[in-house]
Amino acid sequence: MIRLNNIHKSYEMGSSSLHVLKGIDLHIEQGDFVSIMGSSGSGKSTLLNILGMLDNYDNGSYHLSGNLIANMSEKKAAKLRNELVGFVFQSFNLISFKNAMENVALPLYYKGVPRKKRNLIAMEYLEKLGLKEWANHMPNEMSGGQKQRVAIARALISKPKIILADEPTGALDSANSYEVMDILREINDDGITVIIVTHEHDIAAMTSQIIRLNDGRIHEIIRNGELKKFQKSYIHGLETA
Amino acid sequence: MFDIDIWQEILATIKKNKMRTFLTGFSVAWGIFMLMILLGSGNGLSNGVAANFMNDAVNAMWIWTGETTIPYQGMKSGRPIQFHNEDQEIVKKVSGVGVSSGRYFMGNTRYSYNKESGEYTTITCHPELKEVENLIIKEGRFINKIDILQKRKVVVLGTDIKQALFKDSTALGEYVNINNVPFKVVGISTEPGSTRNRNAFMPVSTAQMIFSGSNRLHNLALTINAETLEESQAIEDQIRNSLARQHKFDPKDEGAIGLYNKLENYIQTMKIFQAIKIFIWIIGIGTLIAGIVGVSNIMLIVVKERTKEIGIRKAIGASPSSVIGLIMLESILITTIAGYIGLVLGTGLMELINYFMVQSAGATPDQGESIFMNPTVDFNIAVASTLLLIIAGAIAGYIPAKRAASIKPIVALRDE
Repeated sequence: MIRLNNIHKSYEMGSSSLHVLKGIDLHIEQGDFVSIMGSSGSGKSTLLNILGMLDNYDNGSYHLSGNLIANMSEKKAAKLRNELVGFVFQSFNLISFKNAMENVALPLYYKGVPRKKRNLIAMEYLEKLGLKEWANHMPNEMSGGQKQRVAIARALISKPKIILADEPTGALDSANSYEVMDILREINDDGITVIIVTHEHDIAAMTSQIIRLNDGRIHEIIRNGELKKFQKSYIHGLETA
Repeated sequence: MFDIDIWQEILATIKKNKMRTFLTGFSVAWGIFMLMILLGSGNGLSNGVAANFMNDAVNAMWIWTGETTIPYQGMKSGRPIQFHNEDQEIVKKVSGVGVSSGRYFMGNTRYSYNKESGEYTTITCHPELKEVENLIIKEGRFINKIDILQKRKVVVLGTDIKQALFKDSTALGEYVNINNVPFKVVGISTEPGSTRNRNAFMPVSTAQMIFSGSNRLHNLALTINAETLEESQAIEDQIRNSLARQHKFDPKDEGAIGLYNKLENYIQTMKIFQAIKIFIWIIGIGTLIAGIVGVSNIMLIVVKERTKEIGIRKAIGASPSSVIGLIMLESILITTIAGYIGLVLGTGLMELINYFMVQSAGATPDQGESIFMNPTVDFNIAVASTLLLIIAGAIAGYIPAKRAASIKPIVALRDE
């Protein structure tokens, strides 16, 4: 599904350059539920952006469902994003002058689905996420949790193979955070690969695989069986703090 | 592409920024408004001057006599030249000459009818003079060929003469005494662009028989058929050469005969107006460009403000071309609507001016000189201007749209 091979990425910061990713090798299977952790500056958001084809890498190779993602035209990248990937952002990134239904329907617009049909589908997804009554509300009339659920509906509507979520709970309180994580788990249960970036241990602990980044390299990968151990060390971390 | 969504999106952004949209639109509307006013005024001036030319046939030519100024074939200078009937025949044969008429003026001829009398100028001529001078026949007819052949004693009176002698009674068919010789009135005429119609017209053959008793002519009036300045000058030279041969003077002698070629003047004047028109277009388009730059500038700000939105769109699958379409269509929409308003206001104002000018001209629009006439912009130019606007809108939108499309989604999403 996702195969990263020795990915390097650096940013030009004026005269100097900042080497953010220093050789990432990663293999994620279809249906995995993965979280990427790491301190700020460890390159976790950069990695997610590269996975989502929002950013390009300097060296190495990236295969997504059998396609080599390199030197693509913007048009092709846009098409692949539309077909394969759904994004969920920390700041929701809803379009402010469109109501919930229109926001959800937007990816289908770029797929060329007729207006009536895509609004109908958008309503279905909003219903699934319990937001049917909010369909005609503008984003600024909704709470953070509601906005994030609209964003998830928007990510799901194009039936992607992967959901990429950058700090999806970062702007939410814990009740809403857990609700969003439950939704993401349900999505994962339907066979969609979910990858989230987070710095919260309790959120990461809800996933089935944790990738810890440190200074642009993969520090450790904690798989399902080892999660208990992780939780223990996390609680231990809390106690000492 | 022409989906209702795209228009809804554009309208939504316009609605959110009413003031900005208004100011942008205003600059374009002003540009096209000025262009229309300038073009309308230019047309008005050009039409007015062209109409003044129409007082006589635009291709009219008049030839009169003088004295030689260059000694020629042993003859001294200062020799007077006199036209006769055969000169008209000579000129008629020159290729490129249309119609021609000889003229013999009789100043201060006494006209009387019953108790009324007055002195007027009599122009003796051929029937063709009517065409050369665009004479308007109000009643009856002008002099015809049979009048010339049979030397009929007939006369065409100017409206002022008719008014003075006959008041409101009918003049046609009546006899007036001209220097005590009775002439039958066959027509009443006016001269275009003139407020005084105090000339009477009489067959040249009759007049020569009754009054002067010879075959002398004062001058020749004719029309020429030429399209260009060169053709017209060639005909002029030919006429001059033929007459020089007949009267034995140097063809280069400007004093022997005088010649006024109206067509030459007309062509030159129209050339000046063409230059003025080009100048007006340059100014107008310059004004319009200022408007376009304004729109382009605003659209750049719009793109900057919408960076994040564009990033979101790209993240969920918008292709660069769809982003370009979004920005360009907005720009085209603003310029087209604003430009159209300017177009309507500009042409409307010119139509209004035209309306009041027609009103104030009153019942006799063919009388009197006017330098300004029909100051309207024709339909083709209005269509061309509209097209120009749409192109302008596209240009104004292109650079901002290109920039919008090149924004990397990741950069756009980071933008707060």
